[in-house]
Amino acid sequence: MNAETLATNGVVGESTPALLNVDGLTMRFGGIIALNNVSFTVQPHSITALIGPNGAGKTTVFNCVTGFYKATEGKLSLNAGGKQTDLRKVLGERFQWSDYVNPKAFGERLYYKAFGGSHRVALAGVARTFQNIRLFRELTVVENLLVAQHIHLDRNLIRGTLRTKGYRASERKALETAYHWLDVMNLTEDANRLAGELPYGNQRRLEIARAMCTEPKLICLDEPAAGLNPRETEDLSKLIRKLRDEHKVTVLLIEHDMGLVMSISEHIVVLDYGQVIACGSPKEIETNPKVLAAYLGTEAEEVVS
Amino acid sequence: MLFTNPNDPPILAALKDSLFVGLIAFLVFAPISGMVLDGYGFNSHLERPAIMAAIVFAGRFIYQFLAGTSFGKNLIAKFAASKAKPGVYVGQSDGLKYLKFILPVLFIACLILPFFLDKYWLSVATLAMIYVLLGLGLNIVVGLAGLLDLGFVAFYAVGAYTFALGSQYGIGFWTAIPLAAILAAMAGGILGFPVLRMHGDYLAIVTLGFGEIIRLILNNWMEVTGGPNGAPAPNPTFLGIEFSRTAKEGGVPYHEFFGVTYNPAAEYIFLYIVLFLVVSLMIFFFSRLRSMPMGRAWEALREDEIACRSLGLNHVMVKLSAFMMGAMTGGVAGVFFAAQQGFVNPTSFTFFESALILAIVVLGGMGSVVGVVLAALVLTILPETLRTFAEYRILIFGILMVGMMLWKPRGLIRIRRPYFSRGDSK
Amino acid sequence: MDFHILGQQLVNGLALGSIYGLIAVGYTMVYGIIGMINFAHGDVYMVSAYLTAICLAILSYFGMVSPFFLIVITLIVTVFFIALYGWSIERIAYKPLRNSPRLAPLISAIGVSLVLQNYVQVSQGAKTQAVPTILPGAFRFGTETEFIQITYIQVLLIIVSFISMAVLTYIIQKTSLGRQCRAVQQDAKMSAILGINTDRIISTVFIIGAAMAGIAGVLVTMNYGSFDFSVGFITGVKAFTAAVLGGIGSLPGAMLGGIILGMSESLFSGFVNTDYKDVFAFSLLVLVLIFRPSGLLGKPLVEKV
Ligand SMILES: Nc1ncnc2c1ncn2[C@@H]1O[C@H](COP(=O)(O)OP(=O)(O)OP(=O)(O)O)[C@@H](O)[C@H]1O
Ligand SMILES: [Mg+2]
Repeated sequence: MNAETLATNGVVGESTPALLNVDGLTMRFGGIIALNNVSFTVQPHSITALIGPNGAGKTTVFNCVTGFYKATEGKLSLNAGGKQTDLRKVLGERFQWSDYVNPKAFGERLYYKAFGGSHRVALAGVARTFQNIRLFRELTVVENLLVAQHIHLDRNLIRGTLRTKGYRASERKALETAYHWLDVMNLTEDANRLAGELPYGNQRRLEIARAMCTEPKLICLDEPAAGLNPRETEDLSKLIRKLRDEHKVTVLLIEHDMGLVMSISEHIVVLDYGQVIACGSPKEIETNPKVLAAYLGTEAEEVVS
Repeated sequence: MLFTNPNDPPILAALKDSLFVGLIAFLVFAPISGMVLDGYGFNSHLERPAIMAAIVFAGRFIYQFLAGTSFGKNLIAKFAASKAKPGVYVGQSDGLKYLKFILPVLFIACLILPFFLDKYWLSVATLAMIYVLLGLGLNIVVGLAGLLDLGFVAFYAVGAYTFALGSQYGIGFWTAIPLAAILAAMAGGILGFPVLRMHGDYLAIVTLGFGEIIRLILNNWMEVTGGPNGAPAPNPTFLGIEFSRTAKEGGVPYHEFFGVTYNPAAEYIFLYIVLFLVVSLMIFFFSRLRSMPMGRAWEALREDEIACRSLGLNHVMVKLSAFMMGAMTGGVAGVFFAAQQGFVNPTSFTFFESALILAIVVLGGMGSVVGVVLAALVLTILPETLRTFAEYRILIFGILMVGMMLWKPRGLIRIRRPYFSRGDSK
Repeated sequence: MDFHILGQQLVNGLALGSIYGLIAVGYTMVYGIIGMINFAHGDVYMVSAYLTAICLAILSYFGMVSPFFLIVITLIVTVFFIALYGWSIERIAYKPLRNSPRLAPLISAIGVSLVLQNYVQVSQGAKTQAVPTILPGAFRFGTETEFIQITYIQVLLIIVSFISMAVLTYIIQKTSLGRQCRAVQQDAKMSAILGINTDRIISTVFIIGAAMAGIAGVLVTMNYGSFDFSVGFITGVKAFTAAVLGGIGSLPGAMLGGIILGMSESLFSGFVNTDYKDVFAFSLLVLVLIFRPSGLLGKPLVEKV
């Protein structure tokens, strides 16, 4: 199956290089093999969905891609903004024996060990949301969005203390961006409330807004529709399309809501027990017997319908 | 409780419960405060635990009794409500409308204060200002960035010794201030860089150890630090003008320079004024900092480190900046301390000092500049007025810390978050 | 190198290390179960030293001279009272803080530590206290001039520590109470759902920790003879170092860490410098945390995202 998958993806990859390339990703926690040789690609400007039963390892894939877990094996590369980034290297890998004879490799490894980390993945253009919402609860909504723009702001302490022109301009621009995203997400009313006080649905949208404020190339949404009612889910699907169409961002999402997945995604990767069991267009996935088997008894009807 | 019965009338139940609690209290207090060691023997003072247990019993009984009445229920409900109330609100302005008038008045009042104080109270006021500075420094680390630093005193010591030992190499008061700031910040950086990437709680114990290491080194490295005897610190000077009766450092004594009569307190008045100006500057800086990207990043980090990382913030660097900024402030405070004492030794830099500074931050509301300033003033000036309780100072701090955590873990002062309206340029 | 000195330092280190191990149990179990560093634990140990001295004073007041009864009764009485301390502290200062901000219990613990130190200082005075030698004499190995000496009390100390650890290990591994403890350590919420009284288990852990510190207090006091109200601080930090060295959360780790720390500290002060032996221990703590934060026997933990 895996080889087959790679082959089909490879054909697509020839015309347009993939934005994200996951190759042979394996993640072990002690004895548990959470991911076993997972490979898939995400095409630029696509909406790709990662589905699978509970505990299949979807969130683990996200955590590996965004650098919160250090993958045990495999290659993760991002090709965004005309730059190729090795998403594992920037986390700061262990030293290899060969490093001790190659000063350049040693220096590079040391540099990433000292200054690398998951934030580098974000800087390379990957933003994400979390399955259990992670907002800065005691900061206001606007502040949440300002923190997300931290790296683009004027952080000079002296200019900030004196509130120079340049500093004020930088802050004003950030505030505009923040309000822009509040408008897009329909959260303007809540701008000056504490993030922790918002209703659940708004918190989910705020988290997306915050991720978008980092100006990502790829946004990874972990179950964005969880806990939303059908109306909110409908709005969300429009929103995700809008993000892709108007804001030129590639979307990778994990979702259990099959209606949402089937309606908005162009490409679906199915995970079960840490392995990719199928991947393809919604049509292909719908009729794939392996997927049906994996979901049987749980959400088989939904998949079929 | 062990021997209560659900059918007991409330008063009896309250009595039984309080008796039980009182008994436990007696058992806890009896051996340590009731049996005082005297050589290999002991003196019995069982009346002391008895009294304490009686107080516990009475308190518990009154509480249990009141909890049964509607008045007490009301009180408890109110208490619970006050506890549940969020310690944070979003506000448009800096609270008081007439702050514009109050602040300058307060500033002038504090500035001319030393001219009206005798030598003793002047030293208390100076010490209070030093603690304000220390509190502000630690507040960044603990209150804003959420990093529990239990070895803050180390940076204070670095500052103090920089001035004291530096003076042997011709480093004066004015050079010592920036130098101490840099050295303390560097010490913070060297400690913080490896340590700040580990799990949060470990930081507390590592900084605790670090504070102790610095103290031990000061104590044992006789050749350089003077060991337990300490080292003298010179008097501060101002543009070559000295505050002693006759010039020692090769400058001009101030009374000759200005042609006024000599006042032995002049040196301390001068020190206080410089210190107060530094403190004012720091207060200004820190209150701006909270609405600057750096300050926001610290608070965001305190709220959720993982989310910060997902937004591209280098959590180690953000923490390090807070840690170093705090250390720097501590270092500056150390210079003033050395100048005021005229002498430094390791006993000024024990863990208790760190705990006291932490108590200031905790009481001040972890993050509130005004709160920290008030707490520093209260915690340093109050013990001076209540000399009789000096022995119990640390006991009271300890109880205060526990009590604050139980009652209002976010501090007494509610934290205001800035309000941003669309198109704000601030 | 003189081998008898080396041997002597190793023997002293073993005795010291078993003490660190006993105290480390309190840190490791509490950290394992509620994820909190109990800063007051070192002071609980300090209180137990006072309890030992008081108990010995009272017993000799009543004319008791038999070393066996002195030791046994002192152990029992001290452990009882110190367990009461452990229980009360948890009840008053930590239990109400289960759901409060992350720093609250830590700060509360520091408060308790200050209270205990000052309470003892005010009640008993700041002077150094001493207890008489109960069990004089020693085993000697070697020649007249070059020998290794183990005092009877050191032998007792090592034996009692190992028996206590063995009993504790048995309780944790084999009894129902131990199973409940381990369950709460794994997942407190789930354990509560399954009907385990988690509050009671947490209390028990505090009692066990305090009791072990109490045993350590009795043995140390009988071995070294003198102490004051501030001994808890340094010993506490070192015991914590032992817990981290062995892998926090692991019982055998606590003992192993204690012995390694005790021996290396003893060697350091014997062959390098006595004045800096505490500096050495703290530096070891920092190095372990940097290079092997999960300790020797702890399992590497990936923080769940
Ligand atoms: N930090 C970790 N330590 C140990 N095991 C982990 C860790 N993170 C994930 N796992 C294990 O990896 C497996 C996959 O978990 P994951 O959260 O990726 O599932 P998921 O597909 O996102 O499920 P769900 O739909 O419920 O969110 C699970 O067995 C989980 O217990
Ligand atoms: Mg998941």
